[in-house]
Amino acid sequence: MTAVIVNEPRSAAGPETARGTYRAAVASEWTKLRSVRSTVWSLVVTIAITVGLGALLCAAVVARWDRLDPIERLRFDATGRSLAGIFLAQLAIGVLGVLVIGSEYTTGSIRTTFAATPRRKTVVAAKATVLAAVAFVVGAIGCFAAFGIGQVILQGKHVGVSLGDTNVLRAVFGGAIYLTAVALIGFSLATIIRRTPGAIAALFAIVLVLPILSNALPSPWDNNVAKLLPATAGESLFSTRAAPDILTATHAVIVLAVWVVATFAVALISVSRRDS
Amino acid sequence: MIRAEGLTKRYGSTLAVDHLDFEIQPGVVTGFLGPNGAGKTTTMRMILGLDAPTAGTVTVNGRSYVDIPFPLHEVGALLEAKALHPSRSAYNHLLSLAQSNRISRQRVDVVIDMVGLADVAGRPVGKYSLGMGQRLGIAAALLGDPPILMFDEPVNGLDPEGILWIRNLLKSLALEGRTIFLSSHLMSEMAQTADELLVVGRGRLIAADSVANVVGSGQGTVRVETPHLDELAAILRARGATVTYVDNALEVHGLDARTVGDAAFENRIVVHELVRQRESLEDAYFRLTDASVDFHAAALPELAGDRR
Ligand SMILES: Nc1ncnc2c1ncn2[C@@H]1O[C@H](COP(=O)(O)OP(=O)(O)O)[C@@H](O)[C@H]1O
Ligand SMILES: [Mg+2]
Repeated sequence: MTAVIVNEPRSAAGPETARGTYRAAVASEWTKLRSVRSTVWSLVVTIAITVGLGALLCAAVVARWDRLDPIERLRFDATGRSLAGIFLAQLAIGVLGVLVIGSEYTTGSIRTTFAATPRRKTVVAAKATVLAAVAFVVGAIGCFAAFGIGQVILQGKHVGVSLGDTNVLRAVFGGAIYLTAVALIGFSLATIIRRTPGAIAALFAIVLVLPILSNALPSPWDNNVAKLLPATAGESLFSTRAAPDILTATHAVIVLAVWVVATFAVALISVSRRDS
Repeated sequence: MIRAEGLTKRYGSTLAVDHLDFEIQPGVVTGFLGPNGAGKTTTMRMILGLDAPTAGTVTVNGRSYVDIPFPLHEVGALLEAKALHPSRSAYNHLLSLAQSNRISRQRVDVVIDMVGLADVAGRPVGKYSLGMGQRLGIAAALLGDPPILMFDEPVNGLDPEGILWIRNLLKSLALEGRTIFLSSHLMSEMAQTADELLVVGRGRLIAADSVANVVGSGQGTVRVETPHLDELAAILRARGATVTYVDNALEVHGLDARTVGDAAFENRIVVHELVRQRESLEDAYFRLTDASVDFHAAALPELAGDRR
């Protein structure tokens, strides 16, 4: 090589370029996500907890079934029970969401990322896209497996249901949607807070602590506040029985969407306004 | 070309970069020199759009860095070599960067070979030594085959072998006609590689000139040996020189060798030795940065004025 050709400025940044940088960033983020062990672990753990804890809880019901009173039997939600592992699995997928960008802030590699793709909103959008896709697929695998195994166990007392029954398919996909939403909320919190431990603490506060606090409120405040929380929305989504104090599926999706979009919007503003 | 105009960055009460104006010329190695805390890293971060200037602008080939969709083709930078996810392999790190700028996988293999990491490219970078991390950082900078390269303190903490490797690499990159912008707090490093110098202290530009001119800008001293030390010293002082006694000779500041010799001759003083002592690059650096660090040198504005 004898001479270096100085690059001419590329075509002015139009929508074509914007799409191009986004696609390139998605490919890059996918490589990043799949190439660290912690990702693989959090995905495996998410599935294992969803399935394992669900099976355990179903087995526990089967063991106690004969001692349950008729009202409890009537209220029993076979779908929701088999998916109850989500309460714990959400923490694993939420941590993955945090790590997707939190680890870049911790190591300082976010600066390498932004130097390669200076459109920071594009980077954040690409990370969120890859994360959402992975979380949804893994969530769906976990939920379908947990449902299947759970129903086999519950069939021991002939209380299992099938995917064709009312609201069942919606609940199983609802579980995957909820897990995806938690991952995205964790991601946005980490983008805003820029510290992994802080973002994990904030996420756990939202999905674990707020529901407990809202329960402590006097009626009817407890239900009114609970209805606005992502955890309540998630619970409504992955059960088939709409109890009066629980949101309808449509409302639940709206509540989740508002949380996801609002935190993501703050993340986008934060990432473009601050030095990195 | 990189051009800064009134570039300023304030962090709270710290003025890290203070109205820098400079142009980094294409095809030469420009050394960015200044003591620790002078604002070199901050300046480079602003060039890369990582920090937003408090005031002023900086452009790369006429536009702001953040407006370049795939900037790795235009500027390759090494800022913090160890800012990596420790469990990702070097190959995947470079691949992710390549994909973000539409660079081929083949190019990833090429740069890995170029920096000599082929045998360890599959290993997690957390296990890399500082020198290997530095090589990986350079591989990343070279990914897009950019005409402009920017390195922040590339030899910091390296062993002699690593330093030599980087020096040779810089030389070969410069021979290919690339623009190289290289920071260091060590003058000796610059003496090895740079053609042009930007000297900064406390965020301000102290000098922007060729290495030769920066060195030549100091007057140096004249050493004169004579049996009549006091007599000659008085004569030279009368002509405005600063004279100090060194062993049994005089060291003269402020007059050149010819004037000293003429003065001795006119006063019939025997001279046994008359030596012009040129200022070393190191001396020039200390002279320049001392002024900015201590503000004791009333010559600061004068220095800056001289240099333009
Ligand atoms: N992110 C930051 N926040 C606050 N102060 C900073 C930050 N980055 C740099 N500084 C300060 O700005 C000054 C210049 O720092 P820097 O650019 O790192 O200098 P250099 O690279 O020449 O050693 C120093 O006083 C440093 O402490
Ligand atoms: Mg520095």
